[in-house]
Amino acid sequence: MTEPLLQARGLVHRYRGTTALDGVSLQLRAGERLAVVGGSGSGKSTLARLLLALDTPDAGTVALDGRPVRPGSPRSLRWFRRRVQTVPQDPGRSFNPRMRVGQAVAEPLACLRVPGDHGARVAELLVAVGLEPDAARRWPHEFSGGQRQRLAIARALAPRPDVLVADEPVSALDGVVRLQVVDLLAQLSAAAGLALVVVSHDLGVVQRLCERVLVLDAGRVVEQGPVAQVFTAPASGVTAGLLDAVPALAPAPA
Amino acid sequence: MLRVHDLSVALPDRRLLDGLSFDLAPGERVGVVGSSGAGKSQLVAALLGLTPPGLAVTGSVLVEGTEVVGAGPATWRPLRGRATALVAQDPGTALDPLTRVGRQVALPLRARGVGRARAARRADALLAEVGLTGTGRRFPGQLSGGQRQRVALAMALVGAPRLLVADEPTSALDPTVQAGVLDLLDRVTGPDRAGLLLVTHDLAVAARLCSRLLVLDAGRLVADGPVAEVLADPRLADVVTAARELAVTR
Repeated sequence: MTEPLLQARGLVHRYRGTTALDGVSLQLRAGERLAVVGGSGSGKSTLARLLLALDTPDAGTVALDGRPVRPGSPRSLRWFRRRVQTVPQDPGRSFNPRMRVGQAVAEPLACLRVPGDHGARVAELLVAVGLEPDAARRWPHEFSGGQRQRLAIARALAPRPDVLVADEPVSALDGVVRLQVVDLLAQLSAAAGLALVVVSHDLGVVQRLCERVLVLDAGRVVEQGPVAQVFTAPASGVTAGLLDAVPALAPAPA
Repeated sequence: MLRVHDLSVALPDRRLLDGLSFDLAPGERVGVVGSSGAGKSQLVAALLGLTPPGLAVTGSVLVEGTEVVGAGPATWRPLRGRATALVAQDPGTALDPLTRVGRQVALPLRARGVGRARAARRADALLAEVGLTGTGRRFPGQLSGGQRQRVALAMALVGAPRLLVADEPTSALDPTVQAGVLDLLDRVTGPDRAGLLLVTHDLAVAARLCSRLLVLDAGRLVADGPVAEVLADPRLADVVTAARELAVTR
């Protein structure tokens, strides 16, 4: 078994008296695709924020390759941000409307002092996410929601991270586009050995994209394991409840 | 119940809805599906007289025989809440944060002259009906998203409407809470009860409750028929395939 790339131990986080996360541990190996599921208020988004060092846990640690990660100045986290990036939830609100797309996608390279030809990297990234290289000269509003989410993925990939942490990366997209973006994430992850932590309430997305799933309830891990196993024979009533709640479309006629 | 003929909604330079015609029978449950920007929410607004200023609505919408295109408040007053009622998409913004939920649910009754005590009793009964017994004294901010969505549903039901229009009533909710709200909609609508016009981008949600689907694409009605028939329509193949690909298999 390979050493974990990203590791969380005993994470606890409280907001004004309520415990959002109550002793959560997880391990992510290189190239692995992990889903975090659970109902509203189960602590999914809090966990994502802690894994991204956007918040300080009240207890517990996050480590990347064994090196502890602590929220702090941008400079002190530069090494971490080069290797762990995020894709935001709402592609409509995550781009500066007054910044051309090329500059937006290059921004992490500038912020993180990544050396090299940023223009060439941006063109390469735009192609990788299925857009034209000349998209760099256009403005965010010229793109549809699905295209903007592709841009957000390109921006996250810019510094060649090892891990993407995405909180509901496709929930703002409708069916056809949602499937395209899910498949794009899977393909990029496979091609670059990129590990994913995907927070989602959409179990269909989880099943298509991830290998392993961690189920949260009231801030605790109630179950984790391979998606195929957990979804077929859930050990926890919480997992079974989530699965039973998904409305099914009648199977396709043979 | 509802008769829509050649309904269009337009900006000065383009049409957001383009010549829609369809009827809804009393108690019928119809899903309106389509991708983002197809015109689903514009349709809801136009049917309920809620189209924002600056958009031109043309054509005809008869609500129980009354023409409502271009109608003013006097025409709507006897219809709103009784002939039609709306469950909005986002329960976080549809409720007054400063009014206790019991009072909000009772408000439509008070507005039409029902006494305070009777309106309060009816509101409590409805809150119980949606599984929120004893929450009448709370403020919306003290409830979860799913609970707020059920308050919005109770509010829509308080006038015993004959047609419930629900615009993505569960898209802000997680699956467990969604299932509860869908069960509730299933109980309160159907033959001999209220009709339902359910707007959703989720085909499985529509199929769960509705017998008929309307499909919008770029402002046009491109399909209208029984659920199974519409799902088999080759023009919708990519949408249906995506829904199946992203469905959970166990």
